[in-house]
Amino acid sequence: MPAALRIVDAAAPVAIDHDTLTRADVQAEICRQLLPFRNGQAQITGSTVISKDLQIDSLAIMDMVMELEDRFDVTVPLNRVAEIHTVDELTDAIVALRKDR
Amino acid sequence: MGLLDRHAGLLEVYRANRTAGQVPVRITMDKMLSPTEAVIDGRRVVTVGTHNYLGLSFAPECVEAAVAAVRAEGTGTCGSRIANGSFSEHEALEREIADYYGMNECMVFSTGYQANLGIISTLVGEGDYLVIDADSHASIYDASKQTQATIIRFKHNDPASLEARLRRLAKEPGNKLVVVEGIYSMLGDTAPLREFVDICKRYGAYILVDEAHSMGALGEHARGLAEAMGVLDDIDIVVGTFSKALGAVGGYCVSNLPDFEALRLTCRPYMFTASLPPSTIASVRAALKLIVTRPQLRERLWDNVRILYSGLAAAGFRLGPEPSPVVAVRLRSPEATIHAWRALLNAGYYVNVGLPPATPNGESLLRCAVSAAHSRSQLEGLIDALSDVAHRLGLIEHSRLQIAAAE
Repeated sequence: MPAALRIVDAAAPVAIDHDTLTRADVQAEICRQLLPFRNGQAQITGSTVISKDLQIDSLAIMDMVMELEDRFDVTVPLNRVAEIHTVDELTDAIVALRKDR
Repeated sequence: MGLLDRHAGLLEVYRANRTAGQVPVRITMDKMLSPTEAVIDGRRVVTVGTHNYLGLSFAPECVEAAVAAVRAEGTGTCGSRIANGSFSEHEALEREIADYYGMNECMVFSTGYQANLGIISTLVGEGDYLVIDADSHASIYDASKQTQATIIRFKHNDPASLEARLRRLAKEPGNKLVVVEGIYSMLGDTAPLREFVDICKRYGAYILVDEAHSMGALGEHARGLAEAMGVLDDIDIVVGTFSKALGAVGGYCVSNLPDFEALRLTCRPYMFTASLPPSTIASVRAALKLIVTRPQLRERLWDNVRILYSGLAAAGFRLGPEPSPVVAVRLRSPEATIHAWRALLNAGYYVNVGLPPATPNGESLLRCAVSAAHSRSQLEGLIDALSDVAHRLGLIEHSRLQIAAAE
């Protein structure tokens, strides 16, 4: 089980250094984007199933992915979004797409 | 598990609304009296929701042409465009629409939805990229499910967002097709088409514009936003509909793409559905002539847009970002919107609603569609009725009128 992630203040995006960006940085940003959709106080972790464990509809998921695309300068096609369920899977997809850049 | 169990949540919301009164998705027009009046629940109402932008659904020229065609050729073609359903009238209409746009080719579809579904899903395939505006119509999203192309979504009406995505695709070998709309049907906003065209040119992407809500309303010859922006020659494919300004049903696509004819042999929503009946083709041909010969229809539409948009703005309502034939009133919640919609219907005015998830950013909207056929008193009546409803329901906190009166 991955450790629960540090919850970052949703109002304060962290500046991204594209050269030193790690998987943990990507995951922290995803969790920050997902904060407004938390179910009560339940923590968001790598194994959180985005569409089931959070109060988020499919449109909001697509909008969140669009924010992540701009943040990390990658494109996550909708076809690929459809195959992503957990925070870990989304993190891995973005990390992989960054490698392909 | 029951076959429809997955829809239980949706049905629950619907039934809760249904017990409280009328719901927008189940309204029946007992009778249409004119382009702007109907009978609903036995009562006469003014319709400010139908997309009858030029009021042509009752134009005598269109009605008579349809009647003559139904007498001459029967009620339906009983065939598809590829099997005994292409009459000389279908091809005449295609030539007339192509000429109207100054393009080489036109394909007519049985609905506007099918035009988008068929054209978009067929133009791109495996290895290609379909790049769509985030607020695209359902027909565009559905087209994206019907194609093997990779689907990419950019921020609504945001040239920088489109550019970033095309830049990231620059080294990919597949074709890129960008899809935008002339006027967006929820908020009535227009696309920054010049910027989009420039970006597409720079990155070698094709561009398709859906002019469903803008054909008849925008441009010197009412051909839509691309004409109004002076970029019609730069658009690869224009899609449009017969069910709005042209007052009937059906869809079309025009283009100068070489080998466009291939689409007629492979586009399934064109090939495997019944073609439009002769009466519809006849009324659309008559309506297209009226659009060309009567520019005053468009002038009247915009006079009416200004009456409604400025009237509602002065009454303190938050509206869509620009005056347009779709005038969206932004309310604070789906519940408030349904309440206001019902109260408005009781007051004798029918408008549409837009609720999440069909709306951008979870907005709740009362959507008015303006027609050239509306009288000033009908529109002023709607403004008064909506203001009254909003004050009764507490939907306007600080009316600009009240502020003005206090000064």
